[in-house]
Amino acid sequence: MELNVLWFILITVLFTGFFFLEGFDYGVGMLMPFLGKNDIERRMIINTIGPVWDGNEVWMITAGGALFAAFPSVYATLFSGFYLALFIMLVGLIVRGVSFEFRSKDDHPMWRSTWDWMIFIGSMLPALLWGVAVTNLLQGVPINAKMHYIGTFFDLLSPYTVLGGVAFLTLFIFHGALFLSLKIEKGPLVERARNAALRFGVLAAVSCIALVVMTYSHTDLFKSAGAGIALWGAIAAFVISYLFTVRRRFGWAFVMSGLTVALTTIAFFWGLFPRFIVSSLNPEWSLTIYNASSTPYTLKIMTFAALTLVPVVLAYQIWTYWTFRKRVTARDLEY
Amino acid sequence: MDEILLARLQFGVTSVYHFLFIPLTLGLSVLIAIMETIYVRTGNEMYKNMAKFWGKLFLVNFSMGVVTGIVQEFHFGMNWSEYSRFMGDIFGAPLALEALTAFFLESTFLGLWIFGWEKLSKKMHAATIWIVALAGNLSAFWILVANSFMQMPTGYVLQNGRAEMVDFVALLTNPYVAVQFPHTVAAGLVTGGVFVMAISAYHLLKNSSSSLFKTSFKIGVTCALISAFVVGGTGHMQAQFLAKAQPMKLASVEALWKTADPAPFSIYAAIDEKNGVNTTEVQVPGALSMMVYNKFAGEIKGIHDLQAEYSQKYGPGDYIPPVTTLFWSFRIMAGAGGWLIAIAALGALLAYTGILERQRRLVLYAALFTLPVPYIANSFGWIVAEMGRQPWIVFGLLKVEQAVSPTVPASSIMISLIGFTVIYAVLIVAAVYLMHKFAIESPVDTDVSSQDRPVKEATLWN
Ligand code: HDD
Ligand code: HEM
Ligand code: HEM
Repeated sequence: MELNVLWFILITVLFTGFFFLEGFDYGVGMLMPFLGKNDIERRMIINTIGPVWDGNEVWMITAGGALFAAFPSVYATLFSGFYLALFIMLVGLIVRGVSFEFRSKDDHPMWRSTWDWMIFIGSMLPALLWGVAVTNLLQGVPINAKMHYIGTFFDLLSPYTVLGGVAFLTLFIFHGALFLSLKIEKGPLVERARNAALRFGVLAAVSCIALVVMTYSHTDLFKSAGAGIALWGAIAAFVISYLFTVRRRFGWAFVMSGLTVALTTIAFFWGLFPRFIVSSLNPEWSLTIYNASSTPYTLKIMTFAALTLVPVVLAYQIWTYWTFRKRVTARDLEY
Repeated sequence: MDEILLARLQFGVTSVYHFLFIPLTLGLSVLIAIMETIYVRTGNEMYKNMAKFWGKLFLVNFSMGVVTGIVQEFHFGMNWSEYSRFMGDIFGAPLALEALTAFFLESTFLGLWIFGWEKLSKKMHAATIWIVALAGNLSAFWILVANSFMQMPTGYVLQNGRAEMVDFVALLTNPYVAVQFPHTVAAGLVTGGVFVMAISAYHLLKNSSSSLFKTSFKIGVTCALISAFVVGGTGHMQAQFLAKAQPMKLASVEALWKTADPAPFSIYAAIDEKNGVNTTEVQVPGALSMMVYNKFAGEIKGIHDLQAEYSQKYGPGDYIPPVTTLFWSFRIMAGAGGWLIAIAALGALLAYTGILERQRRLVLYAALFTLPVPYIANSFGWIVAEMGRQPWIVFGLLKVEQAVSPTVPASSIMISLIGFTVIYAVLIVAAVYLMHKFAIESPVDTDVSSQDRPVKEATLWN
């Protein structure tokens, strides 16, 4: 296989891993202030992702680094073009990252609730903005012949892309609620998480169906049969996930919500292929895996590195989830 | 022009912020790993409490390192898009490898360390913090590979309007990394050592019988002393290497306007950058030649000659970096190095021989007030390294003004610059508040003698 194609696939894999893992992290973060009625419950909720959230976030960092290494022009155009949107997302990630560490380190109620809301905001902003970003890539943004983004921040917001944001947001909440149902000691908190999954599941269903319809009318995703099938697969997985949630089979429900996230990501990247960022001004000016890539030499080295290292990373991350497989109980928090 | 200034300011501010936390991460992780290893080998609970006590402080610091690092990862694309296009073929690889080999390990195993006290065997648990420590320093290696290329490009060709990699091994074995990496790792260990030494001194001033802090003090002082010597030695090597790699940086750091043989070392200089002279100088004759060539003779090129040489080689332009800033930044760093050696030596005398027992409080106070010194040295060290590279962003290949994102308006940079600065400022207040709180708190079980007391288990995450 051509290395440029292989790297498109590897970047897709990294983003899929990122959305799958951080998806439930963000969902848990957004639900935490609402589902946790008291401090103990909130700490239990946070501890479900406590050992793993940073490792999950590194999937995004790696995706960014890999984009830089394999397709430097995509990295350059995307992040300078989506400047303010990225800034807002970084602000979210900054406050979120410290909040997990800071919130329980002082017991003043104001202190705790401040950081709890920071976790909420810091989880919501990236979830929303990644949806906006991904749909923009596919719909097309004003990119000129020199690969420069010449629009403004507000050009990134259109009905379709905002819908993309909402769809990602609600899907992640659904995914996160299922993760909680799986990881929290059985009891009222699990019931609340399940109720949240059922409610946000409806919102996610509505926004995802609207997204599919608008994707059909606003983009060329369905021209690619594979992308179309992946998107329909995502919808099917979502329906199955919902049914499992109703029947309290949380393990399977979570697997299926994860599959929904993964297939959605794959569908969007497949729809983009071989482009990375579609130019709305002239299709010729789109950034593709050919005009935006590194040299074959760099790609070869990075291929070797990625194909040996990613499986190792997966192995020890899976081992971490295995080590912390037990449900989080209130007793674990005692000190 | 405005954009360039703002973008540079933003990079400087966010990098210095990031590097306020990184050295402690690099150094303290190693010290905690040593403490926990002693615990595993001796079974002495005191060392476990010690690891946990420093661990709490480590975690607050670590989280700040992570969140300031996230910005760094995207920064090159945001403000330096043309740089990213020009350099991506080379620069992206170490950055991606840093994430793949180091960040994943570090974040995953730190999670295991924090939450794994009950879930992992003792040995396994100690292994996790060792992995965190190694991964942290490995991450420093990769980022310094990237930075070293900017200081001294190797293993590339200029093609298709960009720098393209032709030799990955040459990138990794860049002689610049060979001096930069040890200096940075040693600076991290100094920072960790001084941190442990200073906070232990505080506790010893309050309660001199705490064996946990007596031992911590010893560990901190030993680490600080040894690595302060290494920092000095490797810093010296770096300066020698600059004479070959970036003579302009060296000449500016020394405010040496005219070529000299033998060259003097200025202790003080009143610098007139406009006219390119020093109005007053206090000098040690021949000392600069000594530092560079290990003998009191040898030519060091001056700024004016280098300017003429560069204008010929690279075309007309101003190739002189901000001399005054460099001159004083370097002296602050090197002075800090001297101060650190002195204080660590006094502390070691007290801790190991008790010779200074009568001046005990004095030495402990000095140790306590040395806490900010490594931070100052770290920040000014980077100012020397990065500002001394001006006007180049990649030495000899790309100038800063060619590197900036062409379509990002100054207003956007301004918004993000103010935004990051304000948020970081608020967070640093919160972080310092927490660290102060934990630093002055008594650890769970201070003494081995109190082992028979029912131990209330402290989890770090609470
Ligand atoms: C605890 C911190 C610390 C201390 C005490 C010192 N340094 Fe340093 N220095 C650093 C921390 C640092 C640093 C922050 O880690 C830098 C920035 C870039 C680098 O490679 O390391 C640095 C850079 C740096 C550079 C610039 C390298 C370049 O341009 O790439 C030189 C020439 C020196 N150092 C030399 C010294 C000397 C002669 C010292 C005398 C004792 C010294 N440093 C003490
Ligand atoms: C973490 C430690 C670092 C610190 C504290 C630091 C500090 C600085 C400072 C103060 C500036 C502004 C200099 C000026 O006014 O021109 C700067 C610029 C810059 N540095 Fe660093 N730097 C660090 C590491 C790095 C690394 C590792 C890289 C590359 C891998 C890097 C790349 C740059 C770039 C691209 C600029 C902007 C262009 C320029 O103004 O020269 N820096 N840095
Ligand atoms: C200016 C270029 C730099 C970039 C792009 C960068 C990038 C990053 C990123 C993205 C993180 C967060 C990783 C996470 O979420 O776990 C981070 C953290 C860290 N960085 Fe930097 N960094 C830079 C400079 C440096 C330098 C100069 C050093 C060391 C000498 C360094 C060492 C570390 C360490 C030890 C951590 C914390 C541990 C971690 O989270 O893995 N960084 N950096």
